[in-house]
Amino acid sequence: METTTLEHRFNQKIEREEKIEPKDWMPDDYRKNNIRQISQHAHSEIVGMLPEANWITRAPSLRRKVALLAKVQDEAGHGLYLYSAAETLGAGRDEMIDDLHSGKAKYSSIFNYPTTTWADIGAIGWLVDGAAITNQVALCRTSYGPYARAMVKICKEESFHQRQGYEIMCAMAFGTPEQKAMAQDALNRWWWPSLMMFGPTDSDSVHSQKSMDWKIKRYSNDELRQEFVDKTVAQAEYLGLTIPDPDLKYNEETGHYTFGEIDWKEFYQVISGNGPCNKERIEARRKAHEDGAWVREAANAFAQKRANQQVA
Amino acid sequence: MEQEKQKAALNLSLVMGDNALILGHRLSEWCGHGPILEQDIALSNIALDLIGQARLWLSHAGKLQGGKSEDDLAYHRDVFDFHNFQMVETPNGHWGTTLLRQFVYDAWHHAMLQKLVLAQDEDIAGIARKSLKEVNYHLRWSSEWVIRLGDGTEESGAKMQEAYADVWPYVGELLQKDTWLTELEQLIPGFQADEIISLWWKTVREVFSQANLSSEPMDWLYRKGHLGHHTEHLGYILAEMQFLPRAYPDATW
Repeated sequence: METTTLEHRFNQKIEREEKIEPKDWMPDDYRKNNIRQISQHAHSEIVGMLPEANWITRAPSLRRKVALLAKVQDEAGHGLYLYSAAETLGAGRDEMIDDLHSGKAKYSSIFNYPTTTWADIGAIGWLVDGAAITNQVALCRTSYGPYARAMVKICKEESFHQRQGYEIMCAMAFGTPEQKAMAQDALNRWWWPSLMMFGPTDSDSVHSQKSMDWKIKRYSNDELRQEFVDKTVAQAEYLGLTIPDPDLKYNEETGHYTFGEIDWKEFYQVISGNGPCNKERIEARRKAHEDGAWVREAANAFAQKRANQQVA
Repeated sequence: MEQEKQKAALNLSLVMGDNALILGHRLSEWCGHGPILEQDIALSNIALDLIGQARLWLSHAGKLQGGKSEDDLAYHRDVFDFHNFQMVETPNGHWGTTLLRQFVYDAWHHAMLQKLVLAQDEDIAGIARKSLKEVNYHLRWSSEWVIRLGDGTEESGAKMQEAYADVWPYVGELLQKDTWLTELEQLIPGFQADEIISLWWKTVREVFSQANLSSEPMDWLYRKGHLGHHTEHLGYILAEMQFLPRAYPDATW
């Protein structure tokens, strides 16, 4: 069949809101765009384990310890579904991991910030997972079937994580003055990076238009960012914490909050490798992979031996 | 008689709870750093099971001590009050060391739980039943990995010999007929400590032979973690684990 006919059919499917499945014909760029986005998303889950795992051994109660460990383990599970979704498009897991380690593939810049106090675990759940959900709920309707289905499962767990994070913030904001100060400090450090998670403003976003046409993305970066700000301000007020933005105010006419200018210089610096923890994060991933090489080789060799024994 | 039973139940709960807590802590250090994503998840799962079991045992121990909580026991005791084996506090080493330590512990844990489900005390039998379901899986998983690595490549075989040299000197403690163990006859009719020890050897010999590891008896270096005698490592574990409740004594989290 001619490519133009195939492309026409593909576009019609997208138009009719039908999912594109692994064996369907798709334009090369659609495939590449999805591999880029899904693998980037998988890498974010895996790198994102590190700042939170930093507090597992120091969680302040056994209940919090179990919840945090389970949460970080969930992130690993999300990484696994997402790598599998990318594999359905022909990407290899080893290749994707190599691209992460070499810096060719990106991951969410938020995970390049350090978790210095326990309140950061609350703030990550509340703000970072909150921002992630805003993005991901929209992705449940993305046009590529395996990605959309992975997102449905992930969203359920993420909303649980978000509530858990907010509950940690509540315990601290309504706790001792030292705890409240710790919670405020965490909000101060995580607020702006959380807004940056939605990516550049629409006018500067390189990948956005094509992704919108193909319904990989359903809402623009700025629309999602606004939705996040609108729902988060009241949550901060309930906690009695102050969002670190003097320009933040409610606009009666639009029904939305207006907020101050994001420091895009910081965003691009962190993305290009100069964030506070970029080097540590990639080093940690690379070390885990290299130190584990003998384990993977042994597992393969053993499986091979057993297979040979069965044949013989 | 009642008092002796209570003492036996308390000592048991502290040994089981502290072992689960400290080993769970060590395993949780791997989270995010495992050699294969799937196995990172599996090991975190075992850490979660163990910390979950620690909560049950320590809550029970706290109840027997007149209403202390699991967190009172986990966060407000010092080294000399912990009853875990020294083996579980040793550093993780490489993946092979962690897995071999896990296997010899699982073999002991599994043998113990098979007896503890028979306890007349329903609290103890209940915790043991729940734990045994989880530990069945732990033992299967760690056995498979010890065999896989022992009989994988030349390099992995050598790594497992290293692991054996690191772990084996700590094994003797699991096989001593200490008072806390022998007094279990108060709780389980017909209990014999020797049965735990022979079950352990049976499991270990079977797996070691498939993993090309030797399991010769050696002159045990007798260690006494259950009496609060520990390695230097435990103090650092507690310093890390207990930091927040100690630094902010008035706070609840």
